[in-house]
Amino acid sequence: MTVQANDPAISVASGKPTSLRPLLEWTARRAEPIVIGLVAILIGLGLFSLFILAIGRSPAMLFQLMDTGGFGSWFSVQNSLSRAAPLLLTALCVALPARLGLVIIGGEGAVVLGGVAAAAMAMPLVGTAPALPVLVLMAIAAMVIGGAWIGLAGFLRHYRGVNETISSLLLSYIAIALMNQFVEGPLRDPASLNKPSTEPLPADYMLGNIPGMDVHWGLVIGILACIVSWILIEMTSYGFAARVAGGNVRAAQIQGLPVGRLIAGFTAIAGSFAGLAGMVEVSAVQGSANASLAAGYGYTGILVAFLARHNPLAIIPVAILLGGIDASGGLIQRRMGLPDATVLVLQGTLFIVILFCETFYGRFKVFNPDLWKRSL
Amino acid sequence: MEETGIGIWGVPLAILAGAIRVSTPFIFVSLGETITERSGRINLGLEGTLVFGAMTAYAVAVMTNSPWLGVLAAMAMGAVFGLVHGWICKWPKVNDIAIGIAMMQFGLGLAFFLGKPFIQPAAPHLPAIPLGFWSSMPQIQAALNVNVLFLLGAALAFVLWWAFKNTRIGLILRVVGDSTDAARAMGVNPDRVRLLATAVGGSLAAIGGAYLSLYYPGSWNEGISSGQGLMAVALVIFARWNPIGCFLAALLFGGAGALGPALQSVGVTQGYYLFYAAPYVLTLVIMIATSSPTRSLAGAPGALSLTK
Repeated sequence: MTVQANDPAISVASGKPTSLRPLLEWTARRAEPIVIGLVAILIGLGLFSLFILAIGRSPAMLFQLMDTGGFGSWFSVQNSLSRAAPLLLTALCVALPARLGLVIIGGEGAVVLGGVAAAAMAMPLVGTAPALPVLVLMAIAAMVIGGAWIGLAGFLRHYRGVNETISSLLLSYIAIALMNQFVEGPLRDPASLNKPSTEPLPADYMLGNIPGMDVHWGLVIGILACIVSWILIEMTSYGFAARVAGGNVRAAQIQGLPVGRLIAGFTAIAGSFAGLAGMVEVSAVQGSANASLAAGYGYTGILVAFLARHNPLAIIPVAILLGGIDASGGLIQRRMGLPDATVLVLQGTLFIVILFCETFYGRFKVFNPDLWKRSL
Repeated sequence: MEETGIGIWGVPLAILAGAIRVSTPFIFVSLGETITERSGRINLGLEGTLVFGAMTAYAVAVMTNSPWLGVLAAMAMGAVFGLVHGWICKWPKVNDIAIGIAMMQFGLGLAFFLGKPFIQPAAPHLPAIPLGFWSSMPQIQAALNVNVLFLLGAALAFVLWWAFKNTRIGLILRVVGDSTDAARAMGVNPDRVRLLATAVGGSLAAIGGAYLSLYYPGSWNEGISSGQGLMAVALVIFARWNPIGCFLAALLFGGAGALGPALQSVGVTQGYYLFYAAPYVLTLVIMIATSSPTRSLAGAPGALSLTK
């Protein structure tokens, strides 16, 4: 019997068929992002430790506090999960368009406008309608405006050739100005003196906590959105078409795929998730729309999406991890006397190293079964 | 016209004053970004570089009592940030736009971290030249109290415009920016040129930061930059990678930003916050008007990932 080198089910070394081979290949291909990702995180933590050592503090103590503050107790886990909720949604705002090869960095604008739209929707309805329909309408309003905002960037990209990175950024600044105008002007609650806000939502109109937990429903909404996005990308023909268009626009057009509608549609869905994050902030955390909506969730979402390699399911653990790092900031500040920006430095370091490690994908033979035959 | 109340003329004057005062950081960041983008790479991290430059300049000025040493130190740190960005981006598969966003976050974090002790002490300011000395009107004198860095930035814009066209370095930069292959054929190492161009871009952006902390608003705090570094990237596209265009666009931005406060000072308070959006709306409208789905932007470097 001659050895068929191109048959993956036959071990070249022994010439005998092996049932282990497909499993090994499957594992190798999936191990690549996990191993490289973990190594990147370790390198990032190592560099950050050097920084902490350089300013004369103990990295061991810092990491221990970070663990305690983020995940050490049920209380801190719940705190981390609450902080992860908006990040799940804003990360989707980056990850979905990324599948089409678009870099959207203006999610913050959709968050802010989503929050304002939700508050504006609630104002006339509170007291006249029951809570649940009001919350649903708030969510719809936030998703429509958020979707329109980021969808506009996608639309302009395809039909006018305007770079989506820059236009979404400009739209984000415009959105913040619009929010200030609304919150200071027509939507302002006269009772909010120092911090202009819309009228506060009554407690029974707030998005409450998940039963048995001190975490609001935003977490569930965020996780559901990630799962829906994953199904959309991985299991539907739209997701497939989007991935084709993201790989090569010309090829997609030659295949007759509606690239323009895909781009506009995916950016609109992405924006509607970011808008929903704004609604969650208003209805579960702030109780009203105010300047705190522009707290940087949109920008941290970029980090989460890139760390998760734009995979909606991977966004869930990454967002919880970053939520935890975020939540531990206060403890580090109190116990070690370090500024709250410590967390920002760590996030930036991790972000840079993980992006740098993209360069190692495909470099290691061990992860690439196509190269095995020649060497074994 | 009376010498005290100049009435409605105060609006254009305030816009002019605002343009001169606010535009300086935009001039430096956008000129720096122009050099980087002309070499075929984009650095979105200049916001972080700008803020870190502002912190460095302020800290060094506080410690040495010399604002100019502060500016030099900021330039050095900006160059370091640029070198890091340039070095990372030379590796295959590394996305320069994403690295820029990461460097921005890192720069902001580091600036806030190291800058905490410098929020209280006062640093010596950069000097201003009273170009309004000929007028007896205090408003005009105030408006034309021009900082040295503004004049340097204006001069730099013209020098760069000339240098891109007429010098060997300018030619090499343009070739590298238009085609990596052509550069290699000329015997030029594109990675090295891009590395240096990113470093120079970073050091210029840091000067913009130094202006913020050492002149206007003239103090160091965490909210010192309201996106000037990020906006500069849009501004460079707006200016079509032309240094003189950058200078004019920066003035326009500064003036548009001063519109709101100027109108408020004469009693127009409607839509006050919307005027803050004026520079962004303006940029977006011009980008929509001048872009095309079928060809890349006129004047865009061929190797630039942003305009493909």
